[in-house]
Amino acid sequence: MLNYALRRTLMSIPTLLFIAFVIFMLLELAPGDPMGTMPLTIPDEVKQRMREALGLGEPWYVRFGLWLYQFFVVEPQYWIDATFGTDFAQGAQRIVSFQSRSPVFDVIAERLPQTLWVVGMSYVVGVLIALPIGIISAYRQYSVFDQVGTFISMVGFSVPPFFSGVLVIVIFSVQLGWLPSIYDTTHVVTSWDTFLFQLKQMIMPVMVLALQTTAQVSRYMRAAMLDNLGQDYVRTARAKGLKESIVVMKHVLRNSMIPVVTVIALGIPSIFGGAIITEQVFKVNGLGQLLILALQGADIPMVMTITFLLAVLIVLMNLVADILYGVLDPRIRYD
Amino acid sequence: MKLRTALLSATAALAFGQLAHADAHMGERGRDGEVKIIYWQAASIMNPFLSGGTKDVEAASLVLEPLMRFDETGALVPWLVDEVPTVENGGVSEDLTSITYKITDGIKWSDGTPFTSADVKFTHEYCTAEGGGCAQATKFVGIESIETPDALTVTVNFEGPTPYPYSAFNGAESPIIQAAQFADCLGPKAPECTDQNFKPIGTGAFKVDEFRTNDVAVLSMNENYRDPAKPAFSKITLKGGGDATASGRAVMETGEYDYAWNLQLAPDVIAQMEEGGKGTPVAGFGTLVERIMLNNTNPDSSLSDEERSVIRPHPFLGDKAVYTALSMAIDRPLLVEVGYGQAGRVTCNWVPAPEAYASTSMTCDEQDIEGAKKMLEEAGFKDTDGDGVRETPDGVPMNILYQSSTNAVRQDFQALIKDWWEQIGLSVELRNIDASVFFGGDPGSPDTFQKFFADVEMYANNFPGTDPQAYLGNGVCDAAPSPDTQWQGENISRFCMEEYDELHAELTKTADLAERGRIAKELNDMAVQNGMMIPLVDRGRLSAHANSLGGVVLNTWDSELWNVADWYRTGDNR
Repeated sequence: MLNYALRRTLMSIPTLLFIAFVIFMLLELAPGDPMGTMPLTIPDEVKQRMREALGLGEPWYVRFGLWLYQFFVVEPQYWIDATFGTDFAQGAQRIVSFQSRSPVFDVIAERLPQTLWVVGMSYVVGVLIALPIGIISAYRQYSVFDQVGTFISMVGFSVPPFFSGVLVIVIFSVQLGWLPSIYDTTHVVTSWDTFLFQLKQMIMPVMVLALQTTAQVSRYMRAAMLDNLGQDYVRTARAKGLKESIVVMKHVLRNSMIPVVTVIALGIPSIFGGAIITEQVFKVNGLGQLLILALQGADIPMVMTITFLLAVLIVLMNLVADILYGVLDPRIRYD
Repeated sequence: MKLRTALLSATAALAFGQLAHADAHMGERGRDGEVKIIYWQAASIMNPFLSGGTKDVEAASLVLEPLMRFDETGALVPWLVDEVPTVENGGVSEDLTSITYKITDGIKWSDGTPFTSADVKFTHEYCTAEGGGCAQATKFVGIESIETPDALTVTVNFEGPTPYPYSAFNGAESPIIQAAQFADCLGPKAPECTDQNFKPIGTGAFKVDEFRTNDVAVLSMNENYRDPAKPAFSKITLKGGGDATASGRAVMETGEYDYAWNLQLAPDVIAQMEEGGKGTPVAGFGTLVERIMLNNTNPDSSLSDEERSVIRPHPFLGDKAVYTALSMAIDRPLLVEVGYGQAGRVTCNWVPAPEAYASTSMTCDEQDIEGAKKMLEEAGFKDTDGDGVRETPDGVPMNILYQSSTNAVRQDFQALIKDWWEQIGLSVELRNIDASVFFGGDPGSPDTFQKFFADVEMYANNFPGTDPQAYLGNGVCDAAPSPDTQWQGENISRFCMEEYDELHAELTKTADLAERGRIAKELNDMAVQNGMMIPLVDRGRLSAHANSLGGVVLNTWDSELWNVADWYRTGDNR
């Protein structure tokens, strides 16, 4: 197992470098220009000088090499400096965003709290709701609960967040006035009242996103449970006289969780990608909104860094999912 | 007894007097608490010299101030100086080569240090430094030197006679930055000064407490502001993100925010939101004109890269009958109604404002399809082969490729105009391109508006400030984009007329304002009547403010937040 893990980790390094190169070339070859969002009142020569000031005058291999160096050498130095108070970096040039001229990693760090709070929380809530729904739907297959559950899953899967999001805003913010429609990223939780406010501003985006997750995970759970409920060992367990709850919750559930846990693990990188559309609808301004703004503004350093970080996460979570699968299921052995 | 009554009544009178001012125009600074502003395009940086984007310029205008501002009528008002320098009061030299500003005494930066002429001189240095990539460089063109004889006097010396000397240091795009704060940020170091770029020290009514790029800015009142009774608000939250609909909703329907900027929405959407009763939309007009540019060169795709949209002439758009007929076939009032409602007006001009420069010689608010057809017939553009599409006298079918940026209102316009042009016998193909590509200026992309690989294209343009000389300069022959200039250039239609170039050269030498107005109008008419463009709509800005927010004066000539120091909370919260 350890061999396997080490091998996979080593393999992922050239994979990631290749991914970085592909992303960079895609951005290079795509049309779009950081000066595209500047107003037409700025004449072209000025825009050209602005481009050169951003470093766009250099050829592509110089810029790619510089980005790699900054990502793997300079940024870790700054991170070590920030944590341990040392001075390895010595003022080296960091990866700087075109739009805001500020270091990319600072902006990402600034956005992480709201992304983790809203999108991370919605993932957790979605999974927690999905599991019982999946279990009960499978146990009572074709019952009313199952049909309703299937229906809600289909609706949740098909309805896009820009529709469901705006719908809940219109109902709860405009008509009823119970919940705020714009997320306040500067809000700090220090007391019960502030905690309540945080809860209020989080409920709508979390529920909209959770609906999507619930739809997916509950179907997986249901399918895995059905698979196992028909197995012989379940009959044996019942014949032995075990209580029904033990049979389902201890024996069947554990075996069903194996594929479901891997699916959940594979879904984690999407948290960090943020929920681009939902973030825009609720003005949560997390990593998803950052990525889309950077794409629209042709902010190459920002796009490169975020997409590369997502690629790293996906490769990592793939590895984690595979190993977890091996840990949970003794029948699987990697070599 | 009488004395006591008198004293009591006097006290009562004073108390009532205070109550009468309960509408809070006057009072101590910071009495009205927080005001929340939402800009659906979030501010990325608080330094207008590094980003020309309107959202960034306006966010910075809460903190940084210029020497003079433009008010809502477009007139210059002194802001940090005693008066507007003119030739009459001696502020501008007789030969128009220098202008002297007298800074008002007692102005302080928000950190308490005094504001001096050295800061003004430094601002010029900052924007003209090599490698700095200053977005407002054109404001400082033609300045030879800046002298600071004493702490409160600044003299700007120009290279030659400059009829309009107010470009530099005036208006929201050219505010004064603190020399001490930005001292280490000159030239290539400018982008590295993140702290300075995000939290500039200014002379404005507010200072930056927190700034999260592309997200939110939190500001609090400036304790060192020159008027002790202002600002009425102690805190501003400038939130960004989402879209125009959500911003409008937040102000007019849910009441969560007090001011929403630039609501580019369909008129019926705005009317519906207004029914929410919590806010009011306000519209203001500037110089923004939505227009159809006519390609004066040949964009045929069979031509080589050096010739396409470079060689003249266009197969048929150069003929006066054609572009006049195209303009006559358009129902502009309908376009305004469909697209902009109260935020749009019909215009036949390239330069619609200020009044001194707005030509009144043309009318174009009546659609005349029959007249257009007749004009084309008489000019020899007939449909000889019966396929419904006219041909030129040489037999070239009149097919038009009509492109624009991706935008719901623009696509509506394209559909309507295509229908009208097909009614008069042309065939029209529509195309839309993502805005960041269309306006991007990437020389490698064939879809930029400079390359103009189409017959007509539609977009909007305007000019900053109130003087149209540089803007009218976009019509001279040399300003055409071509492969030789890496497709950079402002004369998008490639319009070229010798009389135009001569008349524009005359404008650059004319000082008398009335004469400048006359020449500008003539240039405007010459361009529109000789096939440079078909103006469509004079587009205003539409913003919304809460009914409980007083003091808002929508200003399209400067930042919309220009008078935020004068804002206050009215008693009325409905």
